[in-house]
Amino acid sequence: MNLAFSWDWLPRLSQGLLLTLELTAISMALGAVFGVLLAVLRVYGRGPLYPLYLLASAYVHFFRGTPLLVQVMAIYYGLPTLGIRFTPFISGLLALTLNTAAYQAEYFRGAIQSVRAGQMQAALALGLTRLQAIRYVILPQALRLVIPPWSNELIYMVKGSAVVYLIGVLELMGQAKNIAARTFRHFEVYVVVAMFYLALILVFTLILRWVEKRTRIPGLGVPGRA
Amino acid sequence: MLLRVEDLHKRYGKDEVLKGVSFSLEKGETKVIIGPSGTGKSTLLRCINRLTEPDRGKIWLEDVEITSPRVNIHRIRAQIGFVFQDFNLFTHLTALDNVRLGLMRVKGLSKQEATARAMQELARVGLADKAKAYPAELSGGQQQRVSIARALAMDPKLILFDEPTSALDPELIGEVLAVMEDLAKSGMTMLVVTHEMGFARTVADEIIFMEKGVIVEQGPPEQLFRNPKHPRTAEFLRRITDLYGGER
Amino acid sequence: MTFEHWLRTWSYLPTLLQGLSTNLAILGALLSLGFFVGILIAILELYAPLPLRLLGAGYSWVFRSIPEILLLLLVWLGPARFGLSISPFWAAVVALGLRSSAYQAEIFRGALQSIPSGQTLAARALGLSPFGTIRYVLLPQALRLSLAGWGNEFAVVLKDTTLAYAIGVVEVLQKARFISSREFPLTFPAYVTVALLFLFLTYAGLFLLGKLEKRLRIPGLEARR
Repeated sequence: MNLAFSWDWLPRLSQGLLLTLELTAISMALGAVFGVLLAVLRVYGRGPLYPLYLLASAYVHFFRGTPLLVQVMAIYYGLPTLGIRFTPFISGLLALTLNTAAYQAEYFRGAIQSVRAGQMQAALALGLTRLQAIRYVILPQALRLVIPPWSNELIYMVKGSAVVYLIGVLELMGQAKNIAARTFRHFEVYVVVAMFYLALILVFTLILRWVEKRTRIPGLGVPGRA
Repeated sequence: MLLRVEDLHKRYGKDEVLKGVSFSLEKGETKVIIGPSGTGKSTLLRCINRLTEPDRGKIWLEDVEITSPRVNIHRIRAQIGFVFQDFNLFTHLTALDNVRLGLMRVKGLSKQEATARAMQELARVGLADKAKAYPAELSGGQQQRVSIARALAMDPKLILFDEPTSALDPELIGEVLAVMEDLAKSGMTMLVVTHEMGFARTVADEIIFMEKGVIVEQGPPEQLFRNPKHPRTAEFLRRITDLYGGER
Repeated sequence: MTFEHWLRTWSYLPTLLQGLSTNLAILGALLSLGFFVGILIAILELYAPLPLRLLGAGYSWVFRSIPEILLLLLVWLGPARFGLSISPFWAAVVALGLRSSAYQAEIFRGALQSIPSGQTLAARALGLSPFGTIRYVLLPQALRLSLAGWGNEFAVVLKDTTLAYAIGVVEVLQKARFISSREFPLTFPAYVTVALLFLFLTYAGLFLLGKLEKRLRIPGLEARR
């Protein structure tokens, strides 16, 4: 057994960590906005907005049912044949965003549907329009109900961001690969990277648990999720 | 005439739940609808504020035909209060916020005006001290009273009550019925679906007996209880007073 | 990119399917590994003495926090440092299988915990041993209650098998790259086709699982909401 670690790796790895955080944050944020839109379309769009409802459903099924790596490669290697060329970073970000938006759409949809039907009825009975009801009654509750699965998704995205190193993005894994190539200490470098991820996710988990506690409202709870 | 319902029909799939219901309400009247479960009583109430759309028939609120497609249903609903069997208080809002929401978002009142009005109604139902409580922290009876305050704050022309005490534990029913009785006495126009015969007998100006989607008989309480014209009415009343008790 | 490109891509379908069979082989092996190890971990986390329970919790944390692709690299490169070697295929199976075991343990544990405690009490009252209770009362219920979670897990790991590409396994993504290197314009259709193949497999799998669930369904035995 012949293991050798080095402190020299830390600066580069930290740079990579920053990029990992960037990728995760941006894709989660954009994915959330897009995801809420998709969810609202899926829940309320059956009537007048039917074509959009179908599009939203097709989108969600496609991006949830296909592997992230394939999506990344399709965008980075495939789109250029159509004349669309993105940098590795943008390609990776785009793939991650499109992917998480589909998952978040489902989580938001579940949360919206968990809000009991009586809430919408009571809102309408007061004279609120559907849009107002969604805005003031349904969404505030749904946003709290969605915190557990959303937290899960955040963790998944941190891990998912790792695959973009395969198209050359210098996030945590990408930096690791470079160091490994230089030092031939592949296993050791990856062990250090693993510890980075472990720590990162632990921190995120604790923060999210705190957020859930702060926003808790008595009586507003989630029925069990698969 | 405050409310006029004319020949209302509603079908769910194969079931025709309302088979041509007509009646009317004058301002200040309290009418109670009784009848076996599943005879369309709740559906009738929901058709009146068009939470459920009737298949056929017309409804007038004062001189506005509210079943017309051209009418702004949201404005109409703001004039009709609705109290649900399951309370349906907004789970994420305090009692005060529940009462304020309609005032601020539908009627456009400022926060101060809305708060003042809301506290007024909460006090009226005896829950001013629970203004900051969330629905889950209140008993069933308290939740229903907040729900009544929520309806009252909108200054409605009419309030619909859909089995307001059916979901309550027996010892909590009284406080809600007391509030409703006060309301009736103060001149509010009310249409109540309930099994509480004692309430019906003392508070109603007229009782409507519905069965299988049609109105079988309607008349002042004493007439219905003492001299029902229809044998089905007599049978139903006999069964229900045995079950729920007479005076309360 | 024309329709002709898509037709040419689909003429490569046999190649893609050949690659896909590798993905499916990895899938089958890793799910089996995950199942048995998962049950072990779940039972450990629920019924073992404290130190072992902590071990179980630690195991879960590690295998759920490390990105799958990193896990693959570690399992593939690790043995070399210790004088052993492992093929990319088996590295993928072990890495993804152990990861899956952490998630399956979670599903299984949740299912076991959602069985009302009255069931255990009744079993003990009858005189069943702890092992007998698990075997005849708890396990049959827990297995049914786990079906929904397993559907989820299946959908996830099916897609994760494509990560084996990163450690050189000749699976479907590798074949797609091959097609792309042969005929550059076919790159986009090739990847989309691979995506659609996975879409199909996911729904086929979930459909079959749904049938299984219906077969095994017992009225009254549903996941506690």
